[in-house]
Amino acid sequence: MADIRLVNVEKYFGGLCVIRGMNLDVKQGEFMVLLGPSGCGKTTTLRIIAGLEEADAGDILIDGESVKDLRARDRDVAFVFQSYALYPHLSVFENIAFPLKAAHAGEAVAEEGVRDVARILQIEHLLDKKPSQLSSGDMQRAAVGRAMVRRPRAFLMDEPIGSLDARLREEMRTELKYLHVKINATTVYVTHDQIEAMSLADRIAVMHDGVLQQIGSPMDVYDHPANLFVAQFIGSPIMNVVDCASAHEGGQAVLLLGTDGLRFPLSQSLFERLQSHPVPEGQLAVGVRSEAVLVEREARPDHVKARVKIIESLGPHDFVGVKVGDQIVRAKTPPRYVGRSDDTVWIRLEEPRLHFFDKRSGRSLLTG
Amino acid sequence: MAQVVLENVTKKFRHVTAIDGLSFTVRDGEFFVLLGPTGAGKTTTLRCIAGLEKPDEGNIFIDSKNVTGWAPAERDTSLVFQRYSLYPYYTVRQNLEFPLRPKVRGLSAPERTSCVLKAAKTLRIDSLLERKTKNLSGGEMQRVAIGRAIVRDPKVFLMDEPLSNLDAKLREILRAELKSLQLDLGATFLYVTHDHVEAMTMADRIGILDHGKIVQTGMPYEVYNYPKNLYVASLIGSPVMNFFDAFIQGDRMKAEGGLFEVSLEEGVRERLKGHAGAVRIGVRAEDMHRTAENGIKGRIYGIENLGTGKIVTFKVNDHIFRATVGPEYDLPMGSEVGFAFAQDRLHFFDKDSGENLFTCDRG
Repeated sequence: MADIRLVNVEKYFGGLCVIRGMNLDVKQGEFMVLLGPSGCGKTTTLRIIAGLEEADAGDILIDGESVKDLRARDRDVAFVFQSYALYPHLSVFENIAFPLKAAHAGEAVAEEGVRDVARILQIEHLLDKKPSQLSSGDMQRAAVGRAMVRRPRAFLMDEPIGSLDARLREEMRTELKYLHVKINATTVYVTHDQIEAMSLADRIAVMHDGVLQQIGSPMDVYDHPANLFVAQFIGSPIMNVVDCASAHEGGQAVLLLGTDGLRFPLSQSLFERLQSHPVPEGQLAVGVRSEAVLVEREARPDHVKARVKIIESLGPHDFVGVKVGDQIVRAKTPPRYVGRSDDTVWIRLEEPRLHFFDKRSGRSLLTG
Repeated sequence: MAQVVLENVTKKFRHVTAIDGLSFTVRDGEFFVLLGPTGAGKTTTLRCIAGLEKPDEGNIFIDSKNVTGWAPAERDTSLVFQRYSLYPYYTVRQNLEFPLRPKVRGLSAPERTSCVLKAAKTLRIDSLLERKTKNLSGGEMQRVAIGRAIVRDPKVFLMDEPLSNLDAKLREILRAELKSLQLDLGATFLYVTHDHVEAMTMADRIGILDHGKIVQTGMPYEVYNYPKNLYVASLIGSPVMNFFDAFIQGDRMKAEGGLFEVSLEEGVRERLKGHAGAVRIGVRAEDMHRTAENGIKGRIYGIENLGTGKIVTFKVNDHIFRATVGPEYDLPMGSEVGFAFAQDRLHFFDKDSGENLFTCDRG
């Protein structure tokens, strides 16, 4: 298995720049997820690595060597399609052997190659079965087996489980992760689903409008988003982001939230840190995840009174939407903690988990 | 706005019974979600209410009037489809205005303009009014499609998986928007989907469809915590509920395949009221807790990070269990772990019929 590097890769379709100055380092054995909404350039990036698209500028290195001028089939990387891309009329053995046969490998070599792969994937007992006789997990394994059998230097996966129904996707996620840990293959995986990215990736590369926004471990991008886009793309429900301002009132630092302002007490140290990053009026926003908005049903010191607009019950917990000016801020609560909309509650924001953004650039302030 | 009542509605397509003696009520001003997998009869139900299909049996009432024999236009419903079905070469304004054009509506041009503007503002597409719809993004198109439904003031909104073609993140945003739109309009919504998260987050009540029949109706909290049978239990909740077969004898519960054996707490025994023998048991991932002793012992098969927490998948022999843990939890693959379940959170099902043995407790 190999490492993959993109150096200043650019790609244009007509006059449209779809990938801008992309630098990416995928380490050997790493599971890297390219995450972003449709049109962000993630699939094009993958296709450039595969050699299915040509980069207009920059270089692609596999194991330190430029592959820019190599054709797709000479790059020695494998595209994994979703499980249903197995040939239905061939047995699992024949499916896995297919790439070897296509490359004119001898019987014995093919036999040995398939057996090796089947042993690693624990599907030796299924080799004589047809895909239709397999569970979806085993189909996934067979599809991975077919990609593995030529010993590629890396796996490239383009939303391989995107078209499956929600239940099956859950199952396949676990299965893919298990296989990755087991075979430890360098993998670049494309998806628009942040849950897939969070649960599968060693590192996530978040893309937007052809520009790489942030690369980091799942916890990194979740807890320390570099900008507003990443903050709101990662995590569910979407991170609450509200216009805010900080001020000093009667000897106490306060954070004013929303247009007609809820006032939250603010520590002096955070107030000072905010002062050191001056942002023009109306351009400062605060972001807070729903689990960092704490709700009480009775008045408490340092809590702010708010009205409940909406309650969503997810099962293991509820999301309670309270009105802050003309916006809704969601808080995570135990099931049925708040009875009904229009109730009055008292909320507090966990200060260490606040994110501040300059709305002009979207950049997260106070990081690092 | 109005209530919608279905009474014993049956619809067959040749030999296939799409809906089978279906009865339910959508209350006035309610957000009602019909949830079920592909083929459960969701879309047929909607089309029968809209008047696009004629039921073979049964009656449909809108606003207490039997509309079963009425033409679609007379029923005054608004239908939003999964595919946006907009006129690509029309502008957003023209698309929104379209439902207002028929003479029967008797609207003057200024009235139409003001309706369009109001709907556009509600959905925050007022800046797009002069754009051709073919140049819009998926999310914008779906907003226009919803806008076209709300420019009128229909008796009921019918929505057929309107979000399932969109990106995950966009779906989440539009979910919240649709729900608050319905609250603001005070409108009656009948929304069909196969996505249990959509159902849980938006619905006032959920009706769960299985092969053309409603198997359970209830608030999200109810269907999640008191699933009437195995089908409902496995359809709702993420990750999927853990299931295992077990044998109950006295105060002992033995999981099949020798996975583990536990003694039942008194509260559970009381609930069981002497019920013994073979049962299927369900327990949700969040009701499993790490334990050092007396638990289910297994090996970690995978850990998934969701940000707020993690899902641990572990195997006991070949049986898979999932448990929810905190974000700090981190153990290598293959590690031996122990989990115990909260016994008062166990769901007991009849092995043959799949019925929940205790939903009768709740009347």
